[in-house]
Amino acid sequence: MAMIEVRGLSKIYHMGEEEVVALGGVDLALERGEHVSVTGPSGSGKSTLMNILGGLDRPTSGEYRFDGEDIAHFTDDELAEFRRRRIGFVFQSFQLLPRLSALQNVELPMIYAGLSAGQRRERAAQLLERVGLGTRKGYRPTQLSGGQQQRVAIARALANNPELLLADEPTGALDSQTGRDVLALFRELNREGLTVMVVTHDPAIAAQARRRIAFLDGLIVEDKVTEPVA
Amino acid sequence: MRFYELIRFAGGAIVANPMRSALTSLGVVIGVAAVVMMTSIGAGAQQRVAGAISGLGTNLVIVTPNFQRAGAVSQGAGFGQTLKDSDATAISKEVDGVAAVAPVVRGQVQLAAEGTNWNTSIQGVTPDYLTARDLSIAEGRMFDDREARQGRKVLVVGQTVARQLWGDADPIGKRVRVRNVPFDVIGELASKGQSGFGQDQDDVVLAPLPAVRSRVIGRRLRADSVQNIYVKAAAEDDIDRVQEDVTNVLRDQHRIRAGEDDDFQTQNMASILAASQAALSTFTTLLAAVAAVSLVVGGVGIMNIMLVAVTERTREIGLRMAVGAKRSDILTQFSLEAITLSLAGGLIGLAFGVLGAIGVARLGSWPAAVPPWAGPLALVFSVIVGLVFGAYPSWRAARLDPIEALRRE
Repeated sequence: MAMIEVRGLSKIYHMGEEEVVALGGVDLALERGEHVSVTGPSGSGKSTLMNILGGLDRPTSGEYRFDGEDIAHFTDDELAEFRRRRIGFVFQSFQLLPRLSALQNVELPMIYAGLSAGQRRERAAQLLERVGLGTRKGYRPTQLSGGQQQRVAIARALANNPELLLADEPTGALDSQTGRDVLALFRELNREGLTVMVVTHDPAIAAQARRRIAFLDGLIVEDKVTEPVA
Repeated sequence: MRFYELIRFAGGAIVANPMRSALTSLGVVIGVAAVVMMTSIGAGAQQRVAGAISGLGTNLVIVTPNFQRAGAVSQGAGFGQTLKDSDATAISKEVDGVAAVAPVVRGQVQLAAEGTNWNTSIQGVTPDYLTARDLSIAEGRMFDDREARQGRKVLVVGQTVARQLWGDADPIGKRVRVRNVPFDVIGELASKGQSGFGQDQDDVVLAPLPAVRSRVIGRRLRADSVQNIYVKAAAEDDIDRVQEDVTNVLRDQHRIRAGEDDDFQTQNMASILAASQAALSTFTTLLAAVAAVSLVVGGVGIMNIMLVAVTERTREIGLRMAVGAKRSDILTQFSLEAITLSLAGGLIGLAFGVLGAIGVARLGSWPAAVPPWAGPLALVFSVIVGLVFGAYPSWRAARLDPIEALRRE
């Protein structure tokens, strides 16, 4: 059984009288350990898919199973726990809390998981070492470069040992070299067994994933597996 | 999710904006300080009045003449001459459980000794007056019943009077002229100090009632009239029954038929005390209620700033949700922030309130009486204010859609 199974997934927004179909009945299966890119023009439904897969949103209709669990019908609290235990998010704008140090930002998900202060600090320090920021633990986000901030965000996404890393335009706010470094980090994490899904409108970034899915008007128009271009 | 961590989040947000947090708490500071001060001042006033009234003796019934009609003109209470010596005699004969019955007339006189003089209050009394008013003799003696009846020209002087007329010399045996009539000093009263109403209770002289009535007050009073009768009950819990019996005896004496109004008034010190305490307590509650309004205003200030905080930190809320915070975690975090602001204000306000009450007490020679429940009450109230006025902003925070929250600039 695949880790993620999606059948007939649709999402319809009501904007006044108008109905906007963000997802028009998507079928998708994702195996553990895959590296997937999702591309498509803005409004094609790729971000909506990511939000539903990440448990931030619920589909209007259709089925979403994660390890056989019926995520589409989870309550708010069940979704919160699902996000905490299984999902790691990486956002285009990093979404670090400005008042907290790099270390404290990485600790945040572990606080909600109920880890003790000692356990949190130790694991957050390890994760920052892992993303190459061992010397920047006490820095505030404003004292870090964009690439460094995104690394802190990735360390935070890994805090609770997620099963799926969801990255929405992770290089959108970075210059091309730091962008490449971040993507290299994703490939490394994927090689270690983490399932990674990167949402992007940039074909060059999409090309770095083994499996490439393309969206148009709320539907998958392409889904192919090739050797990634490094 | 541990409660302690949520308190840390709340504390962190408050410390991050010290000026704003301080100004937000200020409303609660003022509110709590005002409530604590008002209740303390009220409690102090109650203590003081209670002291003043019980200083007169709570088992005392005071009889005063009521108004009399002279033709169509009514006189005010206390101006009539409806009480007589015989009334006092009747009360002591017919009412049980009475420790003392003391008829009184009083006036203001100029006392003249060798070379000096002093203006004081003269009380025409019987020896029972000492018992009725809890007075005692420090030196010499009180005149006895026979001397009182005969209207002998003798005086028992208060300590202030003795000091003013003779300094440190022994007053016993001295001679004083009262309206040109010589009186002999036979005793000196023990000091009673200031009354609860601020009068010097030692600035007084006592003399036999008939002597004062005829020599001092003269024609203004009929030959057998008295101005007050003090009746002291033997037991405090018997006071209501004594008051009733006194009333019945006097109605009988004055031949007042059923249905007719009394021509006298009886006042029972215990019930005056209770009434004044009730009135003060109502007054205090009213003051505290007015002060509590400022607490509500403080609460609105907290709500306002918390709404701003939720708007400012929308992305933080979205991020917290994305990494696994439940709605209840967000609700608790922001509620705790509001409660912390309010409670900090409450603690500071409590301190200011207590200091203010002590300050007012010093200035107004008023007893500082911060009620023991003021502290806990102030804290409970400030927690409630934080909880109530933090509820709506916290609820707004918890209801945010994480996707939209993350997208917010």
